[in-house]
Amino acid sequence: MSVIVFVEHDAGTIKKKNFEAVHYASGIAQKMGTTVTAVILGIVDNAEIEKLGAYGAQKVLHVEDSRLGELHPRAYTSALLTAIEKEGGKIIITLNDINGRAVAPRVAAKLKAGLVVGALTYPDMDKGFVIKKAVYSGKAFAYVNITSDKKVIMLMPNTFPITETTGKTVIEKLVVDFSGKDFGIKVNEVSKVTGEVSLSDASLVVSGGRGMKGRENWYLIEDLAKELGAATACSRPVSDADWRPHHEHVGQTGGTIRPDLYIAVGISGAIQHLAGVNGSKTIVVINKDPEAPFFKAANYGVVGDAMEVLPRLTEAVKKFKQHK
Amino acid sequence: MKILVCISQVPDTSTKVVLKDNSTTIENAGVSYIINPYDEWYALIRAIELKESGIASDVDLVTVGKANTEPVIRKALALGGDKAIRIDAESTDPYLTAVYIAEYAKSMDYDLILCGKESIDYNNGSVGSMLAELLDMDYIGFATEIKIEGNTAVVKREIEGGEETDSCKFPLVISCQKGVAEARIANMRGIMAARTRPLTVITPTVDDALTSILSYELPPAKAGVRLIDPADMDELVELLHAEAKVI
Ligand SMILES: Cc1cc2nc3c(=O)[nH]c(=O)nc-3n(C[C@H](O)[C@H](O)[C@H](O)COP(=O)(O)OP(=O)(O)OC[C@H]3O[C@@H](n4cnc5c(N)ncnc54)[C@H](O)[C@@H]3O)c2cc1C
Repeated sequence: MSVIVFVEHDAGTIKKKNFEAVHYASGIAQKMGTTVTAVILGIVDNAEIEKLGAYGAQKVLHVEDSRLGELHPRAYTSALLTAIEKEGGKIIITLNDINGRAVAPRVAAKLKAGLVVGALTYPDMDKGFVIKKAVYSGKAFAYVNITSDKKVIMLMPNTFPITETTGKTVIEKLVVDFSGKDFGIKVNEVSKVTGEVSLSDASLVVSGGRGMKGRENWYLIEDLAKELGAATACSRPVSDADWRPHHEHVGQTGGTIRPDLYIAVGISGAIQHLAGVNGSKTIVVINKDPEAPFFKAANYGVVGDAMEVLPRLTEAVKKFKQHK
Repeated sequence: MKILVCISQVPDTSTKVVLKDNSTTIENAGVSYIINPYDEWYALIRAIELKESGIASDVDLVTVGKANTEPVIRKALALGGDKAIRIDAESTDPYLTAVYIAEYAKSMDYDLILCGKESIDYNNGSVGSMLAELLDMDYIGFATEIKIEGNTAVVKREIEGGEETDSCKFPLVISCQKGVAEARIANMRGIMAARTRPLTVITPTVDDALTSILSYELPPAKAGVRLIDPADMDELVELLHAEAKVI
C-alpha cells in the first residue's frame, strides 16, 4: 500500500514543483513505513523519469500513451485509479494546480476519499490525519482532519525545500483500459506563453498596481522582472482595465501565490489583494504614499515614485549579478 | 438547453477573520455574506446571457446551505434565473456538497452545470470536478470563455502557462473564472421578480463527511517594515541577498 503521487510534466520535462510533490509523498511514506509509487502519463524519456528516484520514488508507473499529452481529466482519472488499485494505494498526492484540480477531486469522489486542497504541512498522525491549509485565500489557516480510510492530498506548490538524494527508481509500464468517454473533450488549440516565467511556479514575482499609471509604463516592471528572472503579476483594477492579462491578477478573486519574494509596486495593499500574496516569504513594497496599508504587511519598504525607483532597482540588480 | 448554476454563500471579501471558541470557529457576528464572486460574476451571468440570447431554455440555481443562505439565493435570483433549489444542509466538506448536488441533479437532465473556479472562503475548487465524476460527466476547469454551438460547448480555458480551446458535447460541468462574462448589477425589476420566482427547499439523504476542520489559526504578524532610502537600491538588493536570502 505505497503512497501514490501523480507527476505532471511539461511536454516531457518534469518541473521542480513535481519533484516537490514526490519529495512530499516520500516524507509521508517514511512516516508510515512504506514506499512511494509515482504515476506519470504521456510521452516522457526514461532518463527524465529516472530523476524521480532522487526525490524518493521507489517505483514509477508510466502510462505511455500519446493522447495523454493533453489534459483529459477522465482519462487521467482512469489511469490514476488503475495505478491505485494495482498498488493498493490509500494515500494519493497531487499538486494544487490547474491539472491537479481537474483530476484529484474526481479521484477522491470515486474512491470516497477525504480531500485536502492546498496542503502546507505533512499530516499530523498523532491527532488523526491533520493537515494545515490556507482558507479565505490566506487570511487564515485551517487544520483539516481527514477521517476516511482513503485520502487525497493536493500539495501547495513551493511549500517544501527539496533535496536530491542518491535514490534510484524502477520504471514499469502501466497499461490502462481507457474507454471512449475518457477522451470526450477535444482540444482544438493550445497557445502557450513562451519565454516568460509562469506565475504559479515563480519563486520571484514583480507585481504592479494602479500606481503604475498605465500600460505604457509596464516596461519598468518587465525590465526588473527580466533582470531578476521573475514572473509578473498585477492587482485587480490593472487587469480589469486591460493593462495586463487577467491571469496575472492576484488576490482573493485572482490567483493565490506564495513566492520567496513579492515586490509590490504602486499597489495600496487592500485586504482582497493581500489575501492572495500574504503567503510570500519576503515582501517588498514600493509606494509613494507612506500611509499605504501594504507597508504593514511588508518586510522592506521604499517610499518613493515607482517611475524613479524601478529603474534604480533594476540597475542595482544588474550590478549585483555582475559582481556575484 | 438546461443549465444548472451552483451558488455558494461566502463572507464578503472585506471580512477580517476573527477566531473564537478556542480558535475552533470563525466568528460570524458582524460578517456580511455575498454570492461567491466566481459563481456570480462569471457562472451565473454567463448562464443568464445564454438565456437572454435564446440558447438556454432554463437556468436553475442550486445551493447547499441552511435557511440563513436564502437572502443570498434571492440576490442571485434577482440577477436572473428561473428557479432556485436550496439543499438544506451545512456545506462543510466539498465531497458532501458535491454528493448533495449530484443527488438532486442526476434526474434533472441538465445539459450544462456551471460553477465558479473556487469559493473564496475554503478555496477548494473541487465541487465541480467531483460533481462531474458523480454524474459521469466531462469537466472543464478554469474557463475564460464559453460558447455554445448546437449540443457542444466550446470553451477557452487556462492551462499551465497559457490557454487552450476545448470542445465537448453535453452534458458537462464547467468551472468559470474571469473572462467568461461581464459582471452586472441587479436592477429593480429583477429584485421584484426574484420575490415571485420559486425557491424550493429539499432535504438531502444524509451522508458522512470525509473531512472535518479541527481548528483555525491566523497568519503571524509581520515584524514591522524596514524602510530603505529610495536613492539607495543597492542596499535593498544587498538585504534581499544577505538577510532575506531570496536572491
Ligand atoms: C469583491 C472584491 C474582490 C476583490 N478582489 C481583488 C483581488 O483579488 N485582487 C486585487 O488586487 N484587488 C481586489 N479587489 C480590489 C481591492 O479592494 C482594491 O481596490 C485593489 O486591490 C486596489 O488596486 P491597486 O492597489 O492597484 O490600486 P489603488 O488602491 O488605487 O492603489 C494604487 C497605489 O499606488 C500608489 N501610487 C500612485 N502613484 C504612484 C507612484 N508614482 N509610485 C508609487 N506608488 C504610487 C498609491 O499611493 C496607491 O497606494 C477586490 C474588491 C472587491 C470589492
